Amino acid sequence: MANTILEMREITKTFPGVKALQDVTLEVERGQVHAICGENGAGKSTLMKVLSGVYPAGSFDGQILLDGKAVDFKNINDSEDAGVVIIHQELALSPFLSIAENIFLGNERSKLGFIDWNDTNLEAAKLLARVGLRDNPITKIVDIGVGKQQLVEIAKALSKKVKILILDEPTAALNDDDSAHLLDLIKSLQGQGITSIIISHKLNEIKAIADKVTIIRDGKTIETLDVHAGEVSEDRIIKAMVGRDLESRYPDHTSNIGEELLRIEDWTVHHPLDATREVVHHANLNVRAGEIVGIAGLMGAGRTELAMSVFGHSYGTNISGTVYKRGTPIKTNTVSNAIKNGLAYATEDRKRYGLNLIDDIKRNISGAALNKLEHLGFVDASKETIVADKYRKDMNIKAPNVSVLTGKLSGGNQQKVVLSKWMYSDPDVLILDEPTRGIDVGAKYEIYTIINQLADQGKGVIVISSELPELLGICDRIYTLSEGRITADVPRDQATPEFLLKHMTQEREAPVNERDI
Amino acid sequence: MSATSELKSPRQDLVPGKQPGPLGLATRYLAGQLRQIGLFIALIVIVLFFQITTNGITLAPINVSNLVIQNSYILILAIGMVMIIIAGHIDLSVGSVVAFIGAMSGVMITQWGLPWWAAIILCLILGALVGAWQGFWVAYFGIPAFIVTLAGMLAFRGAAQIALGGAQISPFPAPFRALGSGFLPAIGTSGYEPLTLIIGGVAAVALVISGLRGRAVRRKYELEDEPFAWFIVKLAFTVVLVGYVAYLLSSYSGTPIVLVVLGALVIIYASVMRNSVFGRHTYAIGGNLQAAALSGIKTKRVTFLLFVNMGVISALAGLVFTGQLNLASPSAGNGFELDAIAAVFIGGAAVTGGIGTVPGAIVGGLIIGILNNGMSILGVQTEYQSLIKGLVLLAAVAFDVFNKRRAASSIK
Repeated sequence: MANTILEMREITKTFPGVKALQDVTLEVERGQVHAICGENGAGKSTLMKVLSGVYPAGSFDGQILLDGKAVDFKNINDSEDAGVVIIHQELALSPFLSIAENIFLGNERSKLGFIDWNDTNLEAAKLLARVGLRDNPITKIVDIGVGKQQLVEIAKALSKKVKILILDEPTAALNDDDSAHLLDLIKSLQGQGITSIIISHKLNEIKAIADKVTIIRDGKTIETLDVHAGEVSEDRIIKAMVGRDLESRYPDHTSNIGEELLRIEDWTVHHPLDATREVVHHANLNVRAGEIVGIAGLMGAGRTELAMSVFGHSYGTNISGTVYKRGTPIKTNTVSNAIKNGLAYATEDRKRYGLNLIDDIKRNISGAALNKLEHLGFVDASKETIVADKYRKDMNIKAPNVSVLTGKLSGGNQQKVVLSKWMYSDPDVLILDEPTRGIDVGAKYEIYTIINQLADQGKGVIVISSELPELLGICDRIYTLSEGRITADVPRDQATPEFLLKHMTQEREAPVNERDI
Repeated sequence: MSATSELKSPRQDLVPGKQPGPLGLATRYLAGQLRQIGLFIALIVIVLFFQITTNGITLAPINVSNLVIQNSYILILAIGMVMIIIAGHIDLSVGSVVAFIGAMSGVMITQWGLPWWAAIILCLILGALVGAWQGFWVAYFGIPAFIVTLAGMLAFRGAAQIALGGAQISPFPAPFRALGSGFLPAIGTSGYEPLTLIIGGVAAVALVISGLRGRAVRRKYELEDEPFAWFIVKLAFTVVLVGYVAYLLSSYSGTPIVLVVLGALVIIYASVMRNSVFGRHTYAIGGNLQAAALSGIKTKRVTFLLFVNMGVISALAGLVFTGQLNLASPSAGNGFELDAIAAVFIGGAAVTGGIGTVPGAIVGGLIIGILNNGMSILGVQTEYQSLIKGLVLLAAVAFDVFNKRRAASSIK
């Protein structure tokens, strides 16, 4: 078709050891909204980074044609000059500058090196009108909500004479009203001749605004569907997204399930900065002794928020609900109370929240249970070394001894240190958040084996993961979480990727007036 | 890891999976210890330099005695400061707190007529209150320590002036002065003072025993990668140093009381920071605040207590300084905070927290003290002294940064 604005041909991008993209082809028509679908880690974001010059020309194979001409973007400036603008999931606005200053950041309206404030604010107001935002351009970014910030990002893109606007999960952090407004805006930009590429998990959303959908799986293009030709159904998209066979990457294990260990009832959590936004909504879940329970949810579904709010109220405000252990209500309002009551939480972000990277293995392992090594306020350093060394051997942490700094270990070995730390605190229930993220296949198998051993010791294990095969491979039972709600609770033998994905993307019933506060 | 200046317990630089020969291991070990070795070599070079340029005055018994006495309060402050800095904070108020406590001790003794020992106890309690005040704002209210203690620097300087009513207080009773400038009573007759030699001997034996025991424990758990020859060299050097200082001191007036106080503080705080739960929590907070909080560490309480401790230590330094000068003056302690902070960073602490040791801070403080002393003997003008100290601090930290970068690139 002559009206093709963008063509990406046989894009292959390799990271050390991983082929992130393999011969991906994408064709986008002028003035359309083109959706890209795929599981976490399928390669959607990598593809968009290739397109926007984050990965410069030469670092990948293949060709990008814009308006029929081959282009070589060396950086983001190149792609923006050509009218390709990407808006990332994490907004890149400077919080204490005004809306107008942010719109023209790096592209200031100036005369002789001085900012022309009249021109800046006037032009900003015009752009804001185009995105339907009535706020004063001199308002600071911190004073407006996330929804409006998203619109400011789009206004900023418009100021750069955008031809192709790429939005990476634009509604992931928005409430319903803001999402609806944003989708309307994308439609209206279409009327102004702007082509949009939208990465999204939300299938309803795609059906509502997209003209075409390209599905990516494991770094390859699966198919491109035409929404108007009636080719698109949820089932079809889900099948294309998942369609991979479960390899035998998981150790065999039969759980010996006992009595209920932990029950979380009516758990509701609000966003720490926006107390009106519910991040977790009346969640109920439980885990029994010896059981491995999975929580499946897409990014932004509230998985980590649920776990961290239970573990010492480490996330969120206005937390309500009750946690029971063996039927008795327990306090988990501080981390030390949660630990005392037998909980452990291994974070998804080990470098930021899990480890002291400038300290050694033994001190990281003992960090959550120093009381077990304490005599009159002093740590028994010999016992600490013996304990840590036992974990080093049992867990197969690859380091010559336990005095090696954790910052020097590989991801898999760091994760083993984190797990050792929580095993030493001797909990009854372990919540493992993305336990195999950023870990190579061999180490993953070892981590799964450790999880099975924990269950065999009679502990309850909750595994949070974005990878459905992983959950299906190791869990006895799986909860699905969507927009902060538990939408399903299925035993492993009844769970299929299609079933899980359907419930992970299940949206709230349209009229919701129950929002408290 | 090169920025720790732990003098006793070695850290390794081993990358898993590589098996170098014994000589390679030794070289790599020494390369990893470059920071500590550098610190010691710097100290020795500076001492020798001044020893030569001052025609032997630097290591004359009377000067060594003065060196200990005149630097004691900076070294005391450095102990508290290194703990604050390990936790990722800073305290700019310590100089003003020294003046404030000095002033209050004068008021208590001369105006309220309190006995000297009661004044000392009250002043230490007052120091704890000062620390609690600042710790509250930092830990529980969440104001950065830089701001809180900058405010404290101004406020307590003012409080010192108000307490003194614009005048100075002098003299102080003899027992109070002894804390700053007195000596342990001589038990011998003339010549070499035996008590000092005994203390020196005991200290040397204790060093040898604790060194050997530590090494035995580490060997047992296969944590030892320090070459035996190097261990012996280090131990011998330390023992000779202790013995030599004891010999010098004994041939003058004996052991300064403040040296005993300082020695006790170093032993207590070094072991607190290395082996106590509180010390571990301090390193954990400075190394990764969020991870510490998620491990159940009461991060706010630890921060609060660190400031209370700094307050008490500042008060002690204030008492020592006042006793030494036999004078409570509103301008006392001017710039002490900068000397203490400089000592900590020369001693290998990291600005971002999580790294640093008490012995390192002490060596850093000694380097500054010897620079001050040597330049004064040589008659270097104060403006040049300040210039040189500034350059030494910059050089020490630049060496650290260079070392870290070298270590980081060697991993890849």
